[in-house]
Amino acid sequence: MTDLSVKLPGLDLKNPIMPASGCFGFGKEYAQLYDLSKLGSIMIKATTAEMRLGNPTPRVAETSSGMLNAIGLQNPGLEKVFGEELPWLDQFDVPIIANVAGSLAEDYVEVARTISKAPNVHALELNISCPNVKQGGITFGTDPNVAKELTRMVKDVSDVPVYVKLSPNVTDVVQLAKAVEDGGADGITMINTLLGMRLDPKTGRPVIANITGGLSGPAIKPIALRMVYEVRRHTKLPIIGMGGVAEVDDVIDFLSAGANAVAVGTANFVNPFVCPELIDKLPERLHELGYESVQELTGRSHRL
Amino acid sequence: MIKQEKMAIVSQIEIAKNIFELTVSGSLVQEMNEPGQFVHVRVADSFEPLLRRPISVAKIDKEASSFTMIYRSEGRGTSLLSQKTERDTLDVLGPLGHGFPVDEAGKKAYLIGGGIGVPPLYELALQLNARGVETVHILGFESSEAVFYEDKFRALGDTHIATVDGSHGTEGFVTHILNGLPNDFDTYYSCGPTPMLEAVQWAYPEKKGFLSYEQRMGCGIGACFACVCRTTRSETDYIKVCSDGPVFPAGVVIS
Repeated sequence: MTDLSVKLPGLDLKNPIMPASGCFGFGKEYAQLYDLSKLGSIMIKATTAEMRLGNPTPRVAETSSGMLNAIGLQNPGLEKVFGEELPWLDQFDVPIIANVAGSLAEDYVEVARTISKAPNVHALELNISCPNVKQGGITFGTDPNVAKELTRMVKDVSDVPVYVKLSPNVTDVVQLAKAVEDGGADGITMINTLLGMRLDPKTGRPVIANITGGLSGPAIKPIALRMVYEVRRHTKLPIIGMGGVAEVDDVIDFLSAGANAVAVGTANFVNPFVCPELIDKLPERLHELGYESVQELTGRSHRL
Repeated sequence: MIKQEKMAIVSQIEIAKNIFELTVSGSLVQEMNEPGQFVHVRVADSFEPLLRRPISVAKIDKEASSFTMIYRSEGRGTSLLSQKTERDTLDVLGPLGHGFPVDEAGKKAYLIGGGIGVPPLYELALQLNARGVETVHILGFESSEAVFYEDKFRALGDTHIATVDGSHGTEGFVTHILNGLPNDFDTYYSCGPTPMLEAVQWAYPEKKGFLSYEQRMGCGIGACFACVCRTTRSETDYIKVCSDGPVFPAGVVIS
């Protein structure tokens, strides 16, 4: 019997597969399709102190083996997420990772303090890497000192372990990883989307109303994998890896590179059943490769 | 209930210039009820192109367990789709969204469509006629080459065609035809480009109407927040075209 379970700070996971934040809403849509209890965890949509209406449309554009998005952190705000979305998710046997965002450091602190008290929130994911908002988001995630300080502030008020979501839009992702580790982070999630753009060849106009958007999907997997591999070499912190995961061998790759668990983002839009399918396929694939547990495989590329 | 199924392709025919009629069969059809719902279709088994394509449902045949889509081949995705044959299967997610309310039609309804917005009005016309509603069809196309289903609509009721270049029917837009028609209908239903929907709403501020909107989509089921529009209900109210719509009562969506 292959052991898929993974134990990480705050998270006792049945399996290492979870939908990534922003690609799964608060679970309601996918709950029409399958039992959410099957998932290792759910990273819910970014929550800010006040409700946000997001960016103008068009917000998405397809690119080669990928897509750009600039949703702009649309969400119903802390009160509704805490009072309605999280209690609704409590019917499922699945630990929630709450993605926390804001414009100012105080916003992050306020959301973290409250949302970490929800009984089914077992960890926070600090969103210092959203590329699509003018204030906050990525501006906290590109300067190591700022990232470290914010991590510390959120750690001080959170009742649950804090994972920090890193941006790939930096010269040295390892430097950021070490900074948030110094700030007291319990883990790292990576990567967020890569800033990109698409133009309409007829008019020369950007297709996305926000002009730029975050690139995701299979197109970014090599970059994500390289970054997970690099960060693993320099920290012992648990890593939840993501970026272009769509098939079972993508999961194998991220685990091999040193991720302890794997999040699936854009692939949910292509195949809404992708998460349960990956969970079903993983034991056989591990077995074929000669491994009896996820833990055994994790980080194997560093042991060669 | 939303299902995902590898459906069998029954037929694929080019019925007008770059306009394809694609019929597929499978058990998913049993979930289809409302005209105006859509399906999300995967055009390749690989991840290139990546996203599904939203396509409206033109005809539901529950007895044959099949349904028909009509789409325009213009981009990479739809051009790949147009190359599929009876030997292929098609990965379909659906039915999605909320369609046209048929029980609000009254005695007489105007069905106003533009271009690739015309197809869902066909299943609507079939269902309304089955309920004894008189339907009048006002359909706009680019040119005579792009006109499709004229006879099929004519078989169900009064049908007026407009083409932008005047090569068939009235020259101009559907609004040119509407100007000359009596106001003796109870409800209008419309699907087409956003400027057309706006013009139709302006033309009948006093009438009950239902409009089907188009917006770039990601997931098609309401999770990704790509296809959001503001509404007239309040400063902070919004709808998701894919899961709350694509059909909304006139006067609600700010497009």
